[in-house]
Amino acid sequence: MRPVFRKLSALLSVAFLLVLSGCSEQYLVLDPKGPIASAQKDLILITALICAVIAIPVFAITAVIVWRYRDRPNRKASYKPEWEHSTKLELTWWGIPIIAIAILAIVTVNYTYKLEPSVAIESEKEPIEIQVTSLDWKWLFTYPEQGIATVNYFKMPVDTPVRFKLTSDMTMNSFWIPNLGGQLYTMSGMAMTLHLMADEEGSYYGSGANFTGLHFAQMTFTADVTSQDEFDAWVNEVKTTEEELTEAGVEQLKMKGSHQVAQYSSFPDNLFYDIMLQYVEEGETGAHAHHMSSEDSGQDASSEHNH
Amino acid sequence: MLDTVKEFASEFFVTGDPLILGAQVSIALALVAIVFVLTYFKKWRWLWTEWLTTVDHKKIGIMYIICSILMLFRGGVDALLMRVQLAVPNLEFLHADHYNAIFTTHGVIMILFMAMPLMFGLFNIIVPLQLGARDVAFPFLNSLSFWLFFAGAMLFNLSFVIGGSPDAGWLAYPPLSGIEGSPGVGQDFYIWGIQISGIGSLASGINFVVTILKMRAPGMKLMKMPMFSWSVLASSVTIMFAFPILTVTLFLLFLDRYLGAHFFTVDAGGNPMMYLNLIWMWGHPEVYIVILPAFGIFSEVVATFSKKKIFGYKSMVFALMSISFFSFFTWAHHFFTMGSGANVNAFFAVTTMIIAIPTGVKVFNWLFTMYRGKLSFPTPMLWAVAFIPCFVVGGMTGVMLSVAPADFQFHNSYFLIAHFHQVLIGGVVFGYFAGLYYWWPKMFGFKLHEGLGKWAFWFWNIGFYVCFMPQYALGLMGMTRRFNEYNFDMGWQPLNVVSTVGAFLMGIAFIFQVWQIAHSIRFLKKDNSGDNWGQGRTLEWSTASPAPFYNFARIPQVVAQDDWWEKQQRRERGEAEPAEVAAAEAAPLEPIHMPKNSGIPIIMSGFWFLAGFGFVWDWKWMIVLGLAGVAVTMLARSFNYNDDYYVPVEEIERIEAAAARGAN
Repeated sequence: MRPVFRKLSALLSVAFLLVLSGCSEQYLVLDPKGPIASAQKDLILITALICAVIAIPVFAITAVIVWRYRDRPNRKASYKPEWEHSTKLELTWWGIPIIAIAILAIVTVNYTYKLEPSVAIESEKEPIEIQVTSLDWKWLFTYPEQGIATVNYFKMPVDTPVRFKLTSDMTMNSFWIPNLGGQLYTMSGMAMTLHLMADEEGSYYGSGANFTGLHFAQMTFTADVTSQDEFDAWVNEVKTTEEELTEAGVEQLKMKGSHQVAQYSSFPDNLFYDIMLQYVEEGETGAHAHHMSSEDSGQDASSEHNH
Repeated sequence: MLDTVKEFASEFFVTGDPLILGAQVSIALALVAIVFVLTYFKKWRWLWTEWLTTVDHKKIGIMYIICSILMLFRGGVDALLMRVQLAVPNLEFLHADHYNAIFTTHGVIMILFMAMPLMFGLFNIIVPLQLGARDVAFPFLNSLSFWLFFAGAMLFNLSFVIGGSPDAGWLAYPPLSGIEGSPGVGQDFYIWGIQISGIGSLASGINFVVTILKMRAPGMKLMKMPMFSWSVLASSVTIMFAFPILTVTLFLLFLDRYLGAHFFTVDAGGNPMMYLNLIWMWGHPEVYIVILPAFGIFSEVVATFSKKKIFGYKSMVFALMSISFFSFFTWAHHFFTMGSGANVNAFFAVTTMIIAIPTGVKVFNWLFTMYRGKLSFPTPMLWAVAFIPCFVVGGMTGVMLSVAPADFQFHNSYFLIAHFHQVLIGGVVFGYFAGLYYWWPKMFGFKLHEGLGKWAFWFWNIGFYVCFMPQYALGLMGMTRRFNEYNFDMGWQPLNVVSTVGAFLMGIAFIFQVWQIAHSIRFLKKDNSGDNWGQGRTLEWSTASPAPFYNFARIPQVVAQDDWWEKQQRRERGEAEPAEVAAAEAAPLEPIHMPKNSGIPIIMSGFWFLAGFGFVWDWKWMIVLGLAGVAVTMLARSFNYNDDYYVPVEEIERIEAAAARGAN
């Protein structure tokens, strides 16, 4: 039976090497460019380590037992067909996983509160807000403070916390920039809050992570992280050179289909919250209205919607 | 007139794709061939009386297994098509709509129409034999369960050639699966296919709980029951609590689509998040429903081929039942990223991790069953041993996923895909294969060819790692599930190619298995003696292989946990049987009370199929006809008092004598 394990361990170690060597750029999750992604990477490595500490001895024990107790003539290993219970041993292997899981649980709960996406990132700088709307099948980014809008592309300044507000035109998607941190769902009728920050300039890959139908695979986008000056210059440039996003343009975007990268010098007032609340009727106290208010009251009073 | 027919046909049949046209033609040809063969060999009556109307748990089990192998083929072809599409960036092999349909049907078929029937097949064949019973508690209901599953599976598969396949993912999240997101009939096929077979699953769950609690042979206390039967009990109890949730959830989705209700819509106060919660309240227990019996199989196989008692029996039982219990408290870990807040995420992260504890204990107990044993390695044992490292890795990545804040980076990526395939293939499929090889001689009276089985084993195993290990890496590279294409500059191609190669290795493994079965049937060596492995431990090995339709001429008297093994030990040591056993074995034969075959289950399921098909196309006359047929067949069953008979002693004696001759 040994070949099984030899092959297994060889394959596993190849896989492990691939992952380790993959701290190169291609392994986006293991190549953090911001505090959230960095903390998540640490957490991933800690849990992988705890798991490995248990798994590797188990592999070794398995290999030894399978080899040593195989049936063959004149073997020296003992055979005790009635040996079926040992309180000491069983307590040991109830104990080991309990301890390991207890440690892991403490770490996890701790990090769950620390990395809760709606909690603002501590920084000297004021956060900027970017509103993200998932449409079928493109991403619309609106900047309430700067007054510009983009499609399938956005820029953000480095070392500045960004408060992403997420909603969806209809289908549920998930907004994910692996280099900067974990994802969060975009859902109709709700403004979810995801705080991220980049501490290194660069162009980062982002995508929708929850299936939304036909051209779901086209919902990738680029997040450009630049210096504050470059960011400001870009905002100015967009404001002066690009066209406006009109109501008619919004209707175009809402139609099913994929879309090129685009930039707009302005967008209709309150566009994000209008899309978010489009299905909520006046005076309704349904699930959506409720969630919206609980979402907003807890996390940031600064959100300027006034519906 | 001709135009209306044309228009209808173009909407009714799926047209315009050569792959599907090929499938349509081959399905039609296969049907013609089947009808021809049955007519030519005059087998219609045989088919009807021996199989289609049978209430014998062993035959029902065999029919489940045949269906599941066919479904494994269909789901496997889906998987290979997907892997071809993903091997090359921006490949135009499958268009987006086709790809979306394929990953949806792959998921549904593999879980609901492959794993579930394979599981029910093994339950059916083995549990009554292991308990020393003559059939399940409700044989008629058992037959109905099978035919409802069959009707549901056929309805679901029909969508491939008629109307169009569902394409909103295997769990069909609204609003995408609502009438606006999916206006086609594919989603209706999905709802009714699962709904109809789901009724069957629920009934099976109830059937096996009652069978296990009420039909054990005298002397078999619960704590002397074989581990597989324990795992079936754990799984069936989970079914009883989980499947009603599925039925209600899909019914509400149906109301949304059909009557314009607003349970899960985005407007008018509907709430899609409610659907996610409900579907996973079923969906998470569902994965434990399929894995628990695999645990039971490993316990049997490991003990048998270690020639040793299962280690830590009480721990094992406790672990099974606690996994079943905790499986109902972890569902939200499937959407940590829905923004439920830190309190909710922390709770579900911890409950998820807790399941790792009993699961880990089970692994240690299997290892220490082998420790101080005398291990031999026929194919069932190979699968069991290969399962351990594979499942440990799958479990560990599961623990990594349960760490809520880290899951924000894993969620919906290929890391997740690799994880659940590792536990479902490495756990469920390896387990059921182990069970299939182990109990095959019990079903048919001959073993499967070992050499071909080993080829299949190695291709499956190597193929598995080659296919899924790269997917962990792809997840960390940011590759998201359900992408039908990706750009070359992501650097995902090399690992995708490796993964595709692995998938085809598993495809070759499947061919080896088909060859193995065909070869073994052709060159079989019949061995009716009962204990085909020569070291069986539990009651199923005490009766002939295949067992006579009444299973046991005399109901056995049980004295020990591994009753058959202990009996052999006593025989070897030349000890006398305990008094109660001796008395039971010396008792004169008595007429055996058996259930009569019935055509009602297959007919009633046919009406369910009609009703489902009517709902899919909204043809009111067909809905009425179908539901009325269901009602009438139910009434017919209710007023049928002539549903049992006695097997006379002479016939039992004749069958037993023939079996004894066959064994020598």
